[in-house]
Amino acid sequence: MANATEVTTPAAAASDGKQSVMNAAPTTSIRPAVDIFETADGIILQADMPGVAKEGLNLRVDGPNLLVEGTIGIVPEQKMSALYADVRSTLYRRSFVLGNELEAGNIDADLKDGVLTVRIPKRPEHRPRRIEVRSS
Amino acid sequence: MFSSVYSENPLLAQFRRLEEELDEIFGGATPWTGGIRSLPPGTFPAINVGGTEDSVAVYLFAPGIDAKKLEISIQQNVLTVSGEREVPRDDAATYYRQERFGGEFRRVISLPDDVDPDKVEASYRDGIVQITVRRRESAKPRQIAIR
Repeated sequence: MANATEVTTPAAAASDGKQSVMNAAPTTSIRPAVDIFETADGIILQADMPGVAKEGLNLRVDGPNLLVEGTIGIVPEQKMSALYADVRSTLYRRSFVLGNELEAGNIDADLKDGVLTVRIPKRPEHRPRRIEVRSS
Repeated sequence: MFSSVYSENPLLAQFRRLEEELDEIFGGATPWTGGIRSLPPGTFPAINVGGTEDSVAVYLFAPGIDAKKLEISIQQNVLTVSGEREVPRDDAATYYRQERFGGEFRRVISLPDDVDPDKVEASYRDGIVQITVRRRESAKPRQIAIR
């Protein structure tokens, strides 16, 4: 997978013996931390994806699956070597299964300061209705 | 067939032991993983530190914070970053997952000894705080010419 944000490819990293600060091994991905909650109108998913800009985000609905993917776009200097790394990949990936009651075609997403917010509306017939009690 | 809640699958136990030993071998000696100020994995914010001949760069993975409220200080080679991340909760909503960190945080990082505490720059973009500290001139490797 050729990736613009890769600082060094694994082969290059092995050849000069240095590990990059944002090491991009395409096979490993980070599972972003998420909050998921439901309101009357739909489900809201928030994912922490620090370093991901709009261009690096890939949000896809494939059948019942919602795939959240993002690539860290902050590239350190070429000659920088890692002294310490908590984050050892530049790819975030996590997928979720959507229910039938959700309108997968009507998803709205917003990315700000590395926090992705996805709003998945419920089909109108699944939104709770308040049942009025008639007083006779 | 039913193993006790307290007894671990022996294979997993072996893996865990191996992991701990590897941590000891590869991580135990660095000031980062085995350092007196090191924090358990998963602590917010995650940190990457990189170095070149001229500078040391610290990346804090802190999405969704107000960078203006971030407090960054350095004393000699010890960098302290503290702040607060507000994660508003919707009381009317039903929560299924709450994995994202909310609240105050503070991380203390000891950098290599040759950094210059007077030459620090910090920026915030896409949820990453980048702090760059220059190394002292005298500490840089010098080419010695043969006359």
